[in-house]
Amino acid sequence: MTAPLIELRHIGKSFAAVRALDDVSLSIGRGEIHCLAGENGSGKSTLIKVISGVWQPDQGEILIDGQPVGGLTPRSAIAHGVQVIYQDFSLFPNLSVAENLALSSELQEGRKLVSWRRVRRIAAEAIAKLGVDLDLDALVETLPTAGKQLVAIARALMSDPRLLIMDEPTTALTGREVEALFRVVRDIQSRGIAVLFVSHKMREMLEISERLTVIRSGRVVAAGPISEFDENKITRAMTGQEIAAEGYRWNGDPRGKPLLEVAALSIPGQLENIALRIMPGEIVGVSGLLGSGRTELALTLFGMKPGYQGRVRIDGREVRLDSVQEAIGHGIAYVPEDRLTEGLFLTQTIDRNMLVTSHDRLSRGGVMQGGRAAREASGMIREMAIATPTGDRPVTQLSGGNQQRVVIGRWLMNDPRLLILNGPTVGVDVGSKAGIHRKIRELAQSRGLGVLMISDDLPELVDHCNRILVLHRGRLVSDTPAAETNEAKLSEMLGALA
Amino acid sequence: MRSLALALRRHPEWMVAAVLVVAVVTIGLINPVFWQPANIFSLLRASVITGILALAVLLVMLSGGIDVSFPAFAIAAMYLTVRAMVAWGFDGVLLPFAMATAIGIGLGLVNAAFVHYLRMIPLIVTLGTGTAVRGFILGVVGTSQINIDQMPPLLINFARQDLFTVTQADGSPAGLSAMVLLYAVIALLVHLMLRHTMMGRSIYALGGGEEAARRVGFNTRRTTFFIYGLAGALAGFAGLLHGAMIWTANPRDMVGLELDVIAAVVLGGASIFGGRGSVIGTMLGVLTLVVITNSLIILGVDTTWQRVVVGLIVIAATAATAWRDRKRIA
Ligand SMILES: Nc1ncnc2c1ncn2[C@@H]1O[C@H](COP(=O)(O)OP(=O)(O)OP(=O)(O)O)[C@@H](O)[C@H]1O
Ligand SMILES: [Mg+2]
Repeated sequence: MTAPLIELRHIGKSFAAVRALDDVSLSIGRGEIHCLAGENGSGKSTLIKVISGVWQPDQGEILIDGQPVGGLTPRSAIAHGVQVIYQDFSLFPNLSVAENLALSSELQEGRKLVSWRRVRRIAAEAIAKLGVDLDLDALVETLPTAGKQLVAIARALMSDPRLLIMDEPTTALTGREVEALFRVVRDIQSRGIAVLFVSHKMREMLEISERLTVIRSGRVVAAGPISEFDENKITRAMTGQEIAAEGYRWNGDPRGKPLLEVAALSIPGQLENIALRIMPGEIVGVSGLLGSGRTELALTLFGMKPGYQGRVRIDGREVRLDSVQEAIGHGIAYVPEDRLTEGLFLTQTIDRNMLVTSHDRLSRGGVMQGGRAAREASGMIREMAIATPTGDRPVTQLSGGNQQRVVIGRWLMNDPRLLILNGPTVGVDVGSKAGIHRKIRELAQSRGLGVLMISDDLPELVDHCNRILVLHRGRLVSDTPAAETNEAKLSEMLGALA
Repeated sequence: MRSLALALRRHPEWMVAAVLVVAVVTIGLINPVFWQPANIFSLLRASVITGILALAVLLVMLSGGIDVSFPAFAIAAMYLTVRAMVAWGFDGVLLPFAMATAIGIGLGLVNAAFVHYLRMIPLIVTLGTGTAVRGFILGVVGTSQINIDQMPPLLINFARQDLFTVTQADGSPAGLSAMVLLYAVIALLVHLMLRHTMMGRSIYALGGGEEAARRVGFNTRRTTFFIYGLAGALAGFAGLLHGAMIWTANPRDMVGLELDVIAAVVLGGASIFGGRGSVIGTMLGVLTLVVITNSLIILGVDTTWQRVVVGLIVIAATAATAWRDRKRIA
């Protein structure tokens, strides 16, 4: 029997008081697709960083090809054929796509000089390998999230790794892009490359992986071939409890006064003649392919597309939403898609990140009321179940999913009337996903909050909205009660549009 | 507006080039004396020292830091070198410049050590080292100015050379200082380094994200030491050149110059957040700043306004780059 490609034995890792990994053992065979599951903050990213040499484990050892490799560094891990696509992509926003792709291989080859011709050639090959289309000269910061991710994936594939680690690679991709990614993953698997895959989506794990390891609070709680698992078993292993989803019913008065009424909304080239209404307490889902105009719709309602054509009424009064201030003034809150990189002030504490949108409300005569602010922030940390002992920790110390809850919590603190969520639970584990949804429902029901939920996660829309809109090429093509549709129907419809 | 922001993000040089053209045309219309060769040549000459120092600042800013210690380093290198030459009765060109550059490198590496090992903010580090070095020079080495009569003649003659001389309309000669060529060569070398070497790209990568740079496999320690070492070298070199060009070695010189230089670099399109900027933009920024501040006299504006103008340029240029680099709202 040959040794597995990589084997972790009794790995432990602590950050001050937090035991992020505790006696974790795991082995990945050649060409195996291995899935790592666990709730937010369970230690998945930490485990990856140990394998890739970013952190040194406090206990345990790592074997590659049966040989112990002590003191792994990022560089030596790469030399052993370990490539990682991090949750935050680790790209250089200020450099072009081509350079982002070529830099690491130029570096590996120990080059001292840069030939821009070679950079372009290398980049073009990398893109071709992934089978996607990207503008090589675009600056990475100008790409949408999905594009950035593709660059990160293409870059990792370039060095012909033996183990490709992807930390939540699909969270920001649309259904079609996920399929494309899975094709690539299977393709590279057929070349004998192993893939370690972190995901929160059950369906994806079950579809793509061969073996599964579930960790909870830094310990392995379940492991085995995927055939031994189903959704319920994974959920149970991850959370230690069962979570059942029941659909959201809205039982307000359909003839009442709409919270939001949009008529003949157009932006040339982006939105065309959109009409929609949201009643107080409604949770309205929005689906559509990339480029359908869903994000543009959200941005318009948040005052970021001044000069739009058409009418917007809030509580029956006609308003213009030509600036973010006006939108906030009318009680609109927006949680963007790319929260990880755009929504957080990474050098600041959790509390400060929570409070950024509440300064006006919480200050008297221009002075922040410290005590009240701290109380509200810690209240929201509890409500959103953010895993941290105190709010004065830097927000970077939180795991990805917890960081996202900070951004959502921030907006909820201001008592918005209309909450626009763009990909509300992207990268959030089942347990806290349920928590976030519970919170949203509760606000909708008790306070009449209207919610516009944009998501690629069709089950999420079906389970948590009372109505689902589908946009395509800037037009509203369908508006159905959630009770009358299901995941299959929706995905069929989106497939037909593609 | 959006596509303008995008275009500026890719080619910020156009913006400063446009500002320069507008400034030059306006000034030339108000007072045609501006276009006399003597004036043009003197402006070019005046941009040499600011320009070399700006290249040093550009390196640090590209990596995401900011440097305010370079005037102190420049003066320290210049004053120590000239004092040593006077004391030992040595005269020459190459050796003194080597010494000044070496002093600059040494001081720059101190900055690098603080920034890299102690993870201190570059602004604070360079404020500290700059102040300490000035204090050391004035307190320990001396406060007396070395004037033309004591300055080593070979050094002065070197800085005095002209590339060529033209005869102006009124019959007076006007020469273009050879130091302009020296500056151009240094700028070209820095440009080639930034654009075509892995070291240069690692500086941009560091400015784009230190963590990402480390993950890709860049040796960020080497890059940091290179950046501050080279910035120090440029400062030391520029310091001695400055003394040679004005025929004096004054240990109290260049106070407040950091603001002008940083203004020029930002005006040239470098981002105060790091990762963005170019040599050509920086050179244009320097030229623009020099043209505007030095033209106040021929425009009949009192020179006391010069500082006001510099301040306004800093604000306008940072506002413009901040607008360009603004993030989409959370
Ligand atoms: N640099 C750090 N300093 C202190 N604590 C940290 C650090 N990085 C991670 N932690 C802590 O270690 C634990 C595990 O975090 P990790 O990022 O590995 O979680 P995760 O499983 O990737 O979660 P998610 O699904 O949310 O991304 C968390 O409690 C986190 O707060
Ligand atoms: Mg993670």
